[in-house]
Amino acid sequence: MKKISNKQVWKNIGIILISYIAVTLLLNSGLLNRQYTSLLVPIAINVMLAVSLNLVTGFLGELSLGHAGFMSIGAYTGALISLNLGKTGILPEPVAFAAAVLCGGIVAAVFGFLIGVPVLRLRGDYLAITTLAFGEIIKSVINSMKITNGAKGLNKIPLYSNYKNYTVVFILMVITVLAISNLMRSRDGRAITAIRDNDIAAESIGIKISHYKVKAFAISAFFAGVAGVLYAHNVGILKPGTFDYNKSIEILVIVVLGGMGSIPGSVIAAVILTILPELLRGADNMRMLLYAIVLIAMMIFNNSRIKEGLMMNRTVKKLTGKGE
Amino acid sequence: MLTSILEQLINGLRTGSIYALIALGYTMVYGIAKMINFAHGDIIMVGAYTLYIGIALLHLPVIPAMILTAVVCSVLGVLIEKIAYKPLRKAPPLAVLITAIGMSYFLQSMALLIFSSTPIPFKSVINLETVQIGSVHISGITIITLLVTTITMVALTLFINKTRAGSAMRAVSEDRGAAELMGINVNKTISMTFAIGSALAAVAGILYICQYQSLRPTLGALPGIKAFVAAVLGGIGSVPGAMLGGIVLGIIESLAKAYISTELADAIVFGVLVIVLLVRPAGLLGKKKLVKV
Repeated sequence: MKKISNKQVWKNIGIILISYIAVTLLLNSGLLNRQYTSLLVPIAINVMLAVSLNLVTGFLGELSLGHAGFMSIGAYTGALISLNLGKTGILPEPVAFAAAVLCGGIVAAVFGFLIGVPVLRLRGDYLAITTLAFGEIIKSVINSMKITNGAKGLNKIPLYSNYKNYTVVFILMVITVLAISNLMRSRDGRAITAIRDNDIAAESIGIKISHYKVKAFAISAFFAGVAGVLYAHNVGILKPGTFDYNKSIEILVIVVLGGMGSIPGSVIAAVILTILPELLRGADNMRMLLYAIVLIAMMIFNNSRIKEGLMMNRTVKKLTGKGE
Repeated sequence: MLTSILEQLINGLRTGSIYALIALGYTMVYGIAKMINFAHGDIIMVGAYTLYIGIALLHLPVIPAMILTAVVCSVLGVLIEKIAYKPLRKAPPLAVLITAIGMSYFLQSMALLIFSSTPIPFKSVINLETVQIGSVHISGITIITLLVTTITMVALTLFINKTRAGSAMRAVSEDRGAAELMGINVNKTISMTFAIGSALAAVAGILYICQYQSLRPTLGALPGIKAFVAAVLGGIGSVPGAMLGGIVLGIIESLAKAYISTELADAIVFGVLVIVLLVRPAGLLGKKKLVKV
């Protein structure tokens, strides 16, 4: 594994600072209208969701169809904390929000662990369908519980993380991306990709498969939970129906489009796929169709001869910088 | 009390046999193509809309409209396989699964574009008097559903076990390479499997729509997922397993709805799946496979 040079670290810091300054300038100069400022937080949330799902689907190689379930656990936990502690004035607002973010993440991670331990014993298709089942179970349990206010959902959640507080959101997003990309560069990360590439071979050289699988699953659930907390404090209303199977698929589309196992890819795809529907406003049905075609076309293209041919091509190699 | 339990059991048997019909499609495709055809549930939806077009718009008599439905669904199933799944025969399973999810999304959004999301009311084409045995009432649609599913399942079992085409299917499912060497046309067999599976989904779609009488683009999603659960429950790849799984699931669902909670019924159904998979990872009647490096 290459050691990361100082140059690369500075480059990353540069990218983060430039994007932060760009967002600040755009916001303060009034170049963005209301429609676009309201997209800032959803973009960050989708980046966090996509990067965390990429950990399980792209790096660990297990398809999870229940990511929205973890998001909803985080969202509800966070919202309940701010409603009961922050809004009533027991805790000052920033403390309440910090508590909401942390608890939302931790509770989601605990559920990720509890669900992960049994589910990750299964393989491939069975695993995918069980995560889907758990997503649906979480949704119907939230739907029938009193504390979450059932199908009516929670409302009047304080808006701690809307676009006015975009700095907090931006920092949390950067932490998520950095945490997961650093994890993938660590020993644990290499173990996780080894399991994806060949689990039997990985096991035979002494990698504890279930340990790393559960770890990846719980970490991914943690960040999905944090994203859920941000979502709750951006929209202000929570309904169990928001976090259904379609939401999980939406996140999956981002990961697939960005490239499975590529973190910059997930970030870029999340930005594009959050802005694109806004540009195509009024054609919401077309958006679904487009998503479907993107999924199918990407998969067929990735496994076709055309791609193989392109990868062998010298000019393309030079352009993508993979030939060196 | 006893009557009510009996009636719930019969209700469960009715939904369960519809699940079983759909689950058969999943399990046959899985056995042969080793993939989960996520779009299978949406073929039910296409079937329901085709029946609606045939009867309400083209004013066809009932039987030709049903035949039209079965034909449209079979052709669609074969087309989906040729366009989306065939290029991915050698791809990793994850890629195939994502493509299938994409296909399911595609069918749903096409239906949304054509028919919009407002539900279309649909009058049942099966009209039969309710029958009373002792103090138990059995509705006409239940009798028809049970009759049709029984006949279909017996016919399917005979087809798979007694005909040449059926043994070709079993051979491909056992070992594709060896089957090809024995002179079996694998592509044709796979197409045939998709056609039969989709025709079964069409039958299920007709029965389902006569029961719920309302058309929505997403109507196939929930029975699709539940039938998939049924197929996994019975052991995916096993034909008797799909029948058993479907009926067990239908009865559990109906009893949970009646005696525990309507809201939690889905959670209970999925909970059963999780428990069964943890105890028997290959399902009730499935065979455990060893994986070699």
